[in-house]
Amino acid sequence: MTKRLGQILLILPAAGWLTVFMIVPCLIVFFFSFFERGTYGGIDYTFTLDNFARAGEPVYRSIFLGSARIAAMATVIAVVVAYPAAYAISLAPRHRQTRYLLLVMLPFWSNYLIRTYAWIVLLNREGLINKALMGSGLIGEPLHILYNEFAVVTGLVYNYLPFVILAIYASLQRLNPEIREASEDLGAPAWMTFLRVTLPLTLPGVAAGAVFVFVLSIGNFVTPDLLGGGRIVMVGNLVYDQFLSARDWPFGAALSLALIFIMMVLLFLQAVAVNRAQQAKGSTHA
Amino acid sequence: MTGNAVIGLEDVTRRFGGIAAVDAVTLDLLEGEFFALLGPSGCGKTTLLRIVAGFERPDEGAVLLDGRDITALRANRRPINLMFQSYALFPHMSVRANIAYGLEMERLARREIVRRVDAILAMTELTALADRRPAQLSGGQQQRVALARAVVKRPRVLLLDEPLGALDKTLREQMQLELKRLQEELGITFVIVTHDQEEALVMADRIALMKDGRIVQVDTPRTIYESPASRFAAGFIGMTNFFEGEASEGGMAITGLGTLAVESPLPVGTRCALSVRPERIRLSKGARLDDCNAVEGTVTAMAYHGQDIGLHVAVPGMERRVLVRIPASEDGAAGIATGETIWCNWRPEHGRLLKD
Amino acid sequence: MPDRRTANVLLAAHLRLTYVFLYGPIVVLMVLSFNRAGMPTTWTGFSLEWYAVLARSPDILSAAVNTLIVAVASTIIATVLGTLLALGVERGRSSGLLDALLFAPMIIPDIVLAIALLSFYTLLDLTLGLHSIILSHVVFNIAFVCAVVRTRLKHFDHSIVEASIDLGAGLFTTFRRITLPVIFPGVLAGALLAFTLSFDEFIIAFFTAGAGSSSTTLPMRIYSMIRFGVTPEINAMATIIMLVSFTLVFLSQRINRGTIAGG
Repeated sequence: MTKRLGQILLILPAAGWLTVFMIVPCLIVFFFSFFERGTYGGIDYTFTLDNFARAGEPVYRSIFLGSARIAAMATVIAVVVAYPAAYAISLAPRHRQTRYLLLVMLPFWSNYLIRTYAWIVLLNREGLINKALMGSGLIGEPLHILYNEFAVVTGLVYNYLPFVILAIYASLQRLNPEIREASEDLGAPAWMTFLRVTLPLTLPGVAAGAVFVFVLSIGNFVTPDLLGGGRIVMVGNLVYDQFLSARDWPFGAALSLALIFIMMVLLFLQAVAVNRAQQAKGSTHA
Repeated sequence: MTGNAVIGLEDVTRRFGGIAAVDAVTLDLLEGEFFALLGPSGCGKTTLLRIVAGFERPDEGAVLLDGRDITALRANRRPINLMFQSYALFPHMSVRANIAYGLEMERLARREIVRRVDAILAMTELTALADRRPAQLSGGQQQRVALARAVVKRPRVLLLDEPLGALDKTLREQMQLELKRLQEELGITFVIVTHDQEEALVMADRIALMKDGRIVQVDTPRTIYESPASRFAAGFIGMTNFFEGEASEGGMAITGLGTLAVESPLPVGTRCALSVRPERIRLSKGARLDDCNAVEGTVTAMAYHGQDIGLHVAVPGMERRVLVRIPASEDGAAGIATGETIWCNWRPEHGRLLKD
Repeated sequence: MPDRRTANVLLAAHLRLTYVFLYGPIVVLMVLSFNRAGMPTTWTGFSLEWYAVLARSPDILSAAVNTLIVAVASTIIATVLGTLLALGVERGRSSGLLDALLFAPMIIPDIVLAIALLSFYTLLDLTLGLHSIILSHVVFNIAFVCAVVRTRLKHFDHSIVEASIDLGAGLFTTFRRITLPVIFPGVLAGALLAFTLSFDEFIIAFFTAGAGSSSTTLPMRIYSMIRFGVTPEINAMATIIMLVSFTLVFLSQRINRGTIAGG
């Protein structure tokens, strides 16, 4: 009896804090979305569904789709770059793997404003990349690689790559090495073992990392703001504008809800897929 | 052993989700004895131990210490200590600090603590390792620390949860005798939980055999071995042969083999089994031995075990092979080979009739 | 198809390129911070001038102090709450709802959390300032501290708690002398991580700081510097901040990893 009570006491403070400072604010956002914008930027507490109707208008729909497209590109590139890197780490001698991983993760925990700013410096018209390319005579005119979609995607990939590497590495680690050995023992060459055994078995881990990155990318504000130069508007930027320039909090709330809804659908689908994969293959992991 | 009950369990029951892990157990543990709770996995022996230690509260029944009801007393107030299966040594403390911990909880004077810790370190031969951390010790050394930590508090009862499970065979046999010696020297009641019947036979003064939460038999090792009260007891402790059949006039009718002369208190017709230990069987060729019950069969396997030889004999009409153990030095062994026909004989008093 | 050896060589090369990709931009910034000319147009010589400019600007210094205040305060609160939470959660039955609650702060887009908190504070008519940033930062810090401590708890042999009780200790003594010391590396690692996250956090601070320069944090300052006028001392600032982050995260990993291997 007291064990249960003790447990509740331990959880209560933190759970309480999260309820008050996360759940309640989110609920407020939820409710705001059903009201109208007040004359001077406040809230007019008249019930309306207009905000959601507005969110569905072509101009906003295209922003959502554009954000999804950018996030998808970033996710795919990140996964394609991350998988071989994670695989390479898993092949390294055991004691070095921790170090390699740490080196991968260090940038991930550092200031993302600065990491994003670094790309402004690099991709600038007078930036390092252009200077190098012009200097070596490969191009005559500086490339227009900043303040566009290319820059935003690059920035997103740069920000989340370490995380995907970690997720894929973890998935590779959980594989029972004997399964790979069995494949070889039965005559499969190395690449076949990879294609038909390793890759399929690590796919759930890859998918988990991909979903996480996609979700973080689509809701990102800083990267499109700094690297998009005002030309690239993603959902995050939209919400920012509604709250600070347009002062239409209810609409901003509705947009946020749409974003969260997309997120939850994706996470739910992923959870379902993981569940089904678990049941189908039983336990092939060590 | 003085014969006084230090721990009394009265009708103790503990249920987990509707299933009784410990079912109406009534038991007395005597002062100064080495007691073993023996049984297969899931029989409730560990739960019973934890109830005595105070980590589980029984749903029904009472736990008595020297006649006083301590059922409601918390674990840290009981003068009973537990040696955990995983040893549970404090990883961030030295050996010395681990052992001193329990004495610090008793708020003894520093000088007294140091004196007692040094004494136990000497007794368990751990003095040289006193300042090491658990991670720097071998399995056997860790176990001695766990033991010392519990024993230094001079508890009324020391409980040991599968103490020798993690050790390899040689070390285990060594520790079995070590523990016995320690118990005799300290004079405290030891209660061990084990699933290894050989261990229980070697170490314990008395054994309680448990099955499905109930106590099936409580006796000395010799009695449990030679006079098992049930089929389960006969099968769990040591190896045995079971001859199935029914009770009949003056004996037992074995399915397919005829009637054997056995002391049978059972009413005619009751289904029962005759238990005969492999080492009680003597072999003969050509004819059965006088005054013995016997069956005839063919030797299908022979295994050399160093001190003795184990044989499997296929007897027509019996599903299972008859297991025989004879000393390797005996002359009888010389003439036996696989494929030969022999008689398996045993004296009637060496067969135990058991109800199913 | 390449054979195993070529494949391994290619993989190793790819890994190296990945590291170049990850660290290149950072190294460039660091090198630039020492360029007398400031921007990357030309290298005119090694100079510490921009660091001096940083040291001389009062608003940067006050922003740094504010950031430290927020980071220390939110770390302390989050570490206590997060550790207790981890202890409570790890021993009990796993509840999907609770796990979702713990996972949410890490996955919710920071802009959404930012506007939600702003809305919440506005509704309560709360004056904004450093305190509102602290309250907000605790939210995601709890989740991270809890996650780190839980990882440590997975290696925790619970029978040592029972052993302590068996030897006569009460619950508080057991916590103080056994549980806490053994999980301490995890708690410390979690705290360092929380500090770093709070130190670097921009958008939530931006929305919940309110008007007034007395509650500007360093990331907020950096943002306006990047957005509204890039000046060369940004590179010096970037270098310092990156080094601080790296050191803290490195320490955090070392503390946690070292003890798992040895203890």
